[in-house]
Amino acid sequence: MNESSGTPSKELDFQTDWTYSPAPESTDHIEFPEKNDLFINGKFQPPVNGKYFETLDPSNEEKLADVAEAGQEDIANAVAAASKAYDKVWSKIDPAERGKYIYRIARQIQERAREFAVIESMDGGKPIRESRDVDIPLSAAHFFYYAGWADKLDYAFPGRKTKPVGVAGQIIPWNFPLLMAAWKIAPALAAGNTVVLKPAESSPLTAMKLAEIIQEADLPPGVVNIINGGGETGRALVEHPDIDKIAFTGSTEVGKWIMKSVAGTPKKYSLELGGKAANIIFEDAPIDQAVEGIVNGIFFNQGHVCCAGSRLFVQESVAENVISKLKDRMDTLIVGNPLDKNTDIGAINSKTQLERIKMYVDIGQKEGGQIFQPSCSLPEKGYWYAPTLFTDVSQSHRVVQEEIFGPVLAIQTFRTVDEVIAKANNTPYGLSGGVWTDKGSKIFNVSRDIRAGVIWANTFNKFDPSAPFGGYKESGFGREGGLEGLLPYVDLD
Amino acid sequence: MLAHDTIKYNPIDQIGAQERVARLFSRSIKKESKVEALKTVLSMIDLTTLEGKDSPGKVKQLSYKAAHLHDQFPDLPSVAAICVYPTMVTVAKSALQNTGIKIASVATAFPSGMASLTAKLDEVRTVVEDGADEVDMVISRGKFLRGEYDQVADEIVQVKDACGKAHLKVILETGELVTLDNVRLASDLAMNAGADFIKTSTGKVSPAATPTVVLVMLEAIRDFYKQTGKKIGMKPAGGISVAKQAIQYLVMVRETLGQDWLSPDLFRFGASSLANNVLMQIVKQTTGVYQSDNYFSID
Repeated sequence: MNESSGTPSKELDFQTDWTYSPAPESTDHIEFPEKNDLFINGKFQPPVNGKYFETLDPSNEEKLADVAEAGQEDIANAVAAASKAYDKVWSKIDPAERGKYIYRIARQIQERAREFAVIESMDGGKPIRESRDVDIPLSAAHFFYYAGWADKLDYAFPGRKTKPVGVAGQIIPWNFPLLMAAWKIAPALAAGNTVVLKPAESSPLTAMKLAEIIQEADLPPGVVNIINGGGETGRALVEHPDIDKIAFTGSTEVGKWIMKSVAGTPKKYSLELGGKAANIIFEDAPIDQAVEGIVNGIFFNQGHVCCAGSRLFVQESVAENVISKLKDRMDTLIVGNPLDKNTDIGAINSKTQLERIKMYVDIGQKEGGQIFQPSCSLPEKGYWYAPTLFTDVSQSHRVVQEEIFGPVLAIQTFRTVDEVIAKANNTPYGLSGGVWTDKGSKIFNVSRDIRAGVIWANTFNKFDPSAPFGGYKESGFGREGGLEGLLPYVDLD
Repeated sequence: MLAHDTIKYNPIDQIGAQERVARLFSRSIKKESKVEALKTVLSMIDLTTLEGKDSPGKVKQLSYKAAHLHDQFPDLPSVAAICVYPTMVTVAKSALQNTGIKIASVATAFPSGMASLTAKLDEVRTVVEDGADEVDMVISRGKFLRGEYDQVADEIVQVKDACGKAHLKVILETGELVTLDNVRLASDLAMNAGADFIKTSTGKVSPAATPTVVLVMLEAIRDFYKQTGKKIGMKPAGGISVAKQAIQYLVMVRETLGQDWLSPDLFRFGASSLANNVLMQIVKQTTGVYQSDNYFSID
């Protein structure tokens, strides 16, 4: 469309005179120890080698606390405690009793939800809006859900007898610290297993709070052990001979290493790995809601989401409109203090991750991609990255192929259903996907043909404890959530 | 005129729209930001009385209130307009001289719209001659729901013509349109047919203005602006009685349409009891305590 100079501007101005005053969530009531020890056999204890590492607030790079780093001996102690608790108590007690303990944990999380939300945002950088409305309530919901299964396992798999697996070694990522702990611990406990959990190095504080709750809930010592550390600690845990099952959420690279490590052992394992989800907008989609879905798909939790909708496919006839609306929407996103109730996008979780995002955006530009970033101001201290779009990219571009794990969206257009299905599947990953259309038949058609564990229709990034979650291909295997989420933690006769 | 031929079907996903509303409404508006919002809300109110028992005396009182919201407090804006039945326009006109406050009159057989087109046009011309600055018309919902979109649009075009210089607000009566798809289509019809404002409700049908409906209408306005460069105003009416709700609507306007719409020129609240609630909040923000509602005049 040609516009003469006399045509009025059609820009919308979101730099309004009226703005929102800061509305920070209070931290007055928040307490956590300066030194966080290992939680082994029901007690907090210092590491044998006396080593601690720091955990930072990524929004200002200030140190929050010291955290004990578990060495070989600590891991051995934790696994021994878990084995003993499994043999003597947890596999033997009345399943309804197990359920009661898990309900108690769920209720305690609910009761202390605000405290958990604030710590999650301080330690991980995510906006309080998300930790308060998503992470913490969903964590409690997972414990509630699996508590209910504890005494009903015979009905979960009709005609089969279930047996617990034994000691589960669980390694979780930094993007949803408490929620991932809940996804791992709740089904394991419900099915009668005991646990050694290793949270991520950069966000261990809410897991340590969870350890407090577990202690208060009076769980038998050793049923849940929580140890911290980096990659070495994780490796030692995976390799420990008395572990019966590994559950891992994290990078595909580490997932591959775990598969090699457990090959030839009787260890069971489930992996939830990376993703590069296709979010597909058809021309008959509810466009304004789709734009919101794109935003939730890629900018939720700064894009630190394995199921993020990081590849956007828009049908050609509406592409210009959708991208223009998306840019307007991005102009209204508030990036800043994670504890401010109005913040939409918080801090990048760590310096390492920030470098990785910058590297990918560099690569994308060098390969000819065009970027768009809204005119938001970023704080000076801390780790920050503006929400970013890439256009003029194709399936051959690295920013389209590889998981960036940041607020960076790669946009392509398409013409036909067959074309978009082929492109959506043209990735080593298969974790999630989205389809937006007003037409029900198209939803079924497309979601059937895309190889991904979860497909959202006319929504994105929706989670529920009763819905199984997990991947195809290099996104892993095993499901978490729902009835299927019990399977990795039971042997069926 | 075949207005709807040029209008694309824009489906609305109800769940998605509701979620967007919930997210917008979770904005936390405090301190200076709140005071500024409250004053802006006052300046956007169409102070309304639309009752069968309205009398010239009541309209006079309302007109005085419109210009003197709470004289104990300096620096308060006056409301944008008062909104009355056609027979009260001349009363309001003389009562509001030199105040800058506009007179809006409902017309076109408000609230049902069940009259002949000739009668509707006569009514519109009369209220404009009597001094109405703004005309709030109702669309023919019966025709709309029968799919007679051309006739609905044609009526709006003719009413607009009869308005002359007066601004035209088109009431969709969204409570009777039921679906958000209908709300969107009616908004597009009205804007294409010449509406200066689109307005949710008469206030006589429940539900009146709902947040989701208002969002869908604001998004329709945004799309129309992007297509044509024309800025259409928005007026939610009915059921907005507390300051918190009104501020939430301002947030919605701010993040959907931005700066230009945060003004009484392009956004109005149709309300009768909202003003006092906003005043009470302004006093509270300044003094730190809530006053009894007996301190706020009920005209």
